[in-house]
Order: sequence, then structure tokens, then C-alpha cells
Amino acid sequence: MSGSFRKHDQASKLRAACAWIVGGIYFAPVFWIILTAFKTRADALAIPPKLFFSPTLDNFHAVFFNVSSTGDVTGTGVWLYFANSAFIAITSVLLALVIGTLAAYAFSRYPLKGNDTYLFVILTTRMLPPIVVIIPIFLMFRVTGLSGSYLGIILLYTGFNLPFSIWMMKSFFDDLNPEVEDSARMDGSGDWTVLGRIALPQVLAGLAATAVFALILTWNEFIFALLLTGTETRTVPVAIASTIGGEIGVHWGKLSAMVSLFLIPVFIVTFALQNQLLRGVTFGTVRK
Amino acid sequence: MSILTLEGLSKNFGSFAAVKDVSMAVQPDEVLCLLGPSGCGKTTTLRMIAGLESATRGSVAFGDQEVTGLPARQRDVAMAFQFYALYPDLTVAENLVYPLKAEKATADECAQRLNRISDILQLGTILHRHPHQLSEGEKQRVAVGRCVIRAPNAFLFDEPLSRLDAKLRDEMRGSIRKILATLDKPTVIVTHDQLEAMTMGDRIAVMREGKVEQIGRPQDVFDRPCNTFVAGFIGTPQMNLLEGQCKAVSETEVILELGGEALVLPGNRFAELTENGEKITLAFRPRAVSPGHAADVIFENAKVVLTENMGAETLVHAEWNDLPIRMLAQGNCRDVGTCLDLGVSVDALTLFNRVGLRLALKSDGGRH
Repeated sequence: MSGSFRKHDQASKLRAACAWIVGGIYFAPVFWIILTAFKTRADALAIPPKLFFSPTLDNFHAVFFNVSSTGDVTGTGVWLYFANSAFIAITSVLLALVIGTLAAYAFSRYPLKGNDTYLFVILTTRMLPPIVVIIPIFLMFRVTGLSGSYLGIILLYTGFNLPFSIWMMKSFFDDLNPEVEDSARMDGSGDWTVLGRIALPQVLAGLAATAVFALILTWNEFIFALLLTGTETRTVPVAIASTIGGEIGVHWGKLSAMVSLFLIPVFIVTFALQNQLLRGVTFGTVRK
Repeated sequence: MSILTLEGLSKNFGSFAAVKDVSMAVQPDEVLCLLGPSGCGKTTTLRMIAGLESATRGSVAFGDQEVTGLPARQRDVAMAFQFYALYPDLTVAENLVYPLKAEKATADECAQRLNRISDILQLGTILHRHPHQLSEGEKQRVAVGRCVIRAPNAFLFDEPLSRLDAKLRDEMRGSIRKILATLDKPTVIVTHDQLEAMTMGDRIAVMREGKVEQIGRPQDVFDRPCNTFVAGFIGTPQMNLLEGQCKAVSETEVILELGGEALVLPGNRFAELTENGEKITLAFRPRAVSPGHAADVIFENAKVVLTENMGAETLVHAEWNDLPIRMLAQGNCRDVGTCLDLGVSVDALTLFNRVGLRLALKSDGGRH
């Protein structure tokens, strides 16, 4: 009897080891970046690469402060970019979630004639690489004066997150037992109460999963941010990219420090929502 | 206290007619069971009463008030669903009082009614739990509780016991019956289980393919099924239905040909009769069959082809001139392969005409 238990133990150890290896491979680049953030310029460029070195916080200092040749310390204004990124991502994801959830509920519960066609059309915007539509969108923003404004980029990101939110949330609503909502109606609840009190609480996991995916996509988006934000509304990915072109070659340490900081919010959000997220993902997204 | 009235209620899904012209009235203190095989339209009928499905034609009314056009939430009808439909994110107590919010009951009244219901259904110990922590039987009691806590126009139950195991089902059938007796509102129960229908309903309506085949008190439907479908559907084991031909009809005698043999029945029993040469179906319950010659009608030399021992009784499947006859015999007996003479009393016989309708007996009186 104990033999079979031991066998089971060994098998699960092996599985755990495999999981660690795969996880390690995925994490390696991130780990590398974080290491580099603490390296001096010489260590960062050393060949063969150094795993052991004496860490420095200079790179992080450089992210926030410029030190001129005369010794004057001035802020780099990077806070603005972080604030922009956060504001734009959160606003557009919230908007997409609210509109997407309502649309998904409608698509799921009150199907139109040709429901699937509408859903397909909604998805077409996701079928091409964003770069393809960059010229028309750029022109549209120019003409409407949205270029460089918060409103413009938020609307754009909301539009890009919407199809994804609708599809994901619809699949979660589809999985619910409609009898429960029927029952609430018979118990005297109106449509909004049914959605708010009965249906939504059941798809919180899905809502969290959708939010995290949309947040990560938006937080990392580069092309549109590069072309459609101004100096005041610039987001972090664009700021990171601009660090690459330095006058004395790429400052890898500073770049890595910025990327490391950039990772923190995503890390926190994912960690905070991980239980919901796991349930959301394993509950079968597009099962239909 | 208002009567629930359905008038010519019909429902089409595209070109498919799910419910055809259903009319009935359910009295305030009455329990009506809609009984039928799956897909016969009974649940659709229930959902139309509830307002969850719109009627293609016809009307639903409570007393004088027609509600056909009203959405579910304005009809004030309580319903217990087949899969319970408990609110997963609310506790049992919150589930139970949920419908009272719409009734604008005060907190005191809510507590009072919650106490009463949880006493009747013994939910006191699980009031703080969530639905996913409940057993199947507990879920079912909560679903019933959330239904009967209200004071609506009517109560509807969709297959209330179908998900319970046999033992629990027997227990719940009794307790639901007791609760129903206290309600004093028209109550409609949908079920495919005839035992449930027979025991819980004051009347039953047997449905097939969207139509009501027969409505009546359970005993009447059992004793006098109006056609061969109802005859075959009601009663376990299934009624024997032997198809034959009517050879000669007179005031005194009806001669049938069944499996090549002639069978003589007394003609004065029948209030209506069929024509000579018409197809006819002879029906009788397996419980009315007994071995031996001491009966009015004898099926000689029937061969036993299968026996099913059910403990106290044995269901004997026999073949007589290639026609199957089932007999319910006491005790465990009859070996497969032996031959028997099977007798049936003439009082237990029913005849159905060529389209399957029952031929009325003089003993029916005014009833049908």
C-alpha cells in the first residue's frame, strides 16, 4: 500500500519538476531583464554574461533623474508616462468591460436575427494586424482633432478591447443556466436587477479574466501609442522605446530598469486576481 | 381566490407547433398535473402560464384578469424549476426571501415567513449556506420553499422531483402534497412520471404532441382512458393493447377476431359500438389477468416468453397467437417456455375503435 503511495509521490514530483522547467524557460527573459536592471554598464555588456555581480541602483536613479555634466539633478518626467499609461489603460479597459458586458449579455440572452453574423463582424477588426489600419486611423484622428488627446487614445483602445470583451463575456453568459434568470424574473425582478443581482455575480471570474487580458494588451500596446499620443499623453512603452536611441548607444541598464518598473503593475494586478483568473480561464472561454 | 384559465393556448416555434389549442381551467384549491412523454409540450405550456414564453395564440387569465400580454415579472406567479434555479451567489435564506422584495414585504414579515417556511421544510440548519454546499434534496426543498413563501396568483412546478433518487422522491412527494393542500391557489405541476401525477394531482391532463388528450381525476383517467395513447401511457405495467377486427356486432354479442381466433363479448355492456369489419383494439390491465379458466374471456395456451420478478409480484410476458399479453401474477412463478391459459373478467375489458377512441360503456353513466 505504501508502495503505491510512494509511486504517486514520485510521479507528482516529476510533474512538479517539469512544471518548474517550463516555467523557468518562460521566466528566463524577464529574469534577465531584471538582473540587467541592477548591473553597471560594464556588467551589462560583459561577455560571457555575468550571473554574479555587485548590484547597483544607478539605473533606477537614471530612470527618474537626469544628471547633467555640471551636476544638476532634474526629473526625467517619467512619472507622467506611468500616470498616462495607468490612466489610459484603466479607463479604456473599464469602458470596454462595461460596454462589452452589456453587449455580451444582450447577444447571449436576446439573440437578434443573424446574431452570429454580428459577432463575426465585430471580430473582423481583430483579424488583421493593427498596423494595417494605422493610416486610416491616423487620418481620422487628424481630421477629428483627436490626435494627441487622452480621449482619442482611450476611445481607440476601448474599441480594440471591445470585440475581445464581448466574445469572452458572451461565452461566460452562455454557460449560465438561464432558468436562474427566469426564476428571478418570476420573482418580480426587472432586467437590470436580473443582470446586476443574479447574472453578473456568477461571471465575476470571467469579468476578472477579461479585465486582466485587456489590461495587459492595453498596457503593452506600442504602435498606436507611438503615432497617436503627444508629448503630454505619451505612454510608457513609447518612452521605453525612446530610451533605446541614446547618443552613446543603447543604455541597456536604464532600459531594463524601466521595463522592470513597467512590469510591476501588471504583476500586482495579475497576482491580486489570480484566483478569479484561474477560474475564469479554466471555466472554458470559447467553448461553443 | 381566482381561477386559472387557459383558452386555446398555442405555441409555434417556427413551423413546429409545440402546443396546440390547450384549454383548461384550474380551480383555486386544485392541483393539476400536466403529464406526458418528453417533448409533448407540457413544459412549454407551463412557461406560457408563467409568462416566460409568449403565446402564439390563445390566452391565460387569472379570474377576470387576462395576463397573456404581461411579462413574467408582472404576472405574480411562483414557479419551482426543474433544475432548481437557486441563485448561486445568495445564501439559502437570501434565496428564500428574494421574491418577497418584489412584494415589498416588511423586514418583520420577511422574517416571519422565512421562519414558517424553514420550519415546514426543515431548512433551519442550512439557512446560512450557499446553494453549491447543498445536497440535491436540500436544493429541491429550497426551490419549493422559495416558491411557496409567496402569495401569488398561481403556483407552478416543473418536474419538481425528477432529480431526486427514488427514496427521497417518495418522501418529498408526500411532503409536497401536504404543502400543496395548504396553498389554496391554482397549482400546475409538470411531470413525466405518472406515479407523481396520480398521487399529487387532483386532476391530471395527459398531453401528447402539444395536445391535451384527456383531463380528469386520476382514477377516472386510469379506469377510463379515452384513447389507446392514454391507455398505454397511464399505469405500470403498461396496459395490454391487442389489435384485432370486429367480426359481428349485435345487441347481445360482439364477436372479435384476435390473432386468428374468435372472441365473444356480451354486447349489452357497450353504449356505443363499432361497425362490422372495422379494426378494433381490446385492452385490459396486466393486473386483471389471472391464470386459469375461471374468467369470462380466456386466452388459451399462451406461451411465457419472459418473466420479470418484482419481489412481491412477477410480471409475466406471454405470447398468444403472436399477440403479446402481460400478466401481473402474485409471487415468483412461471418458467419461461411453459404454456398457460390466461383469463380476464369482462368488466376489466375496454374496446377502442379504429382511430383509437374508447367505446363508451353503459356503466360509464354520464361520465367520460
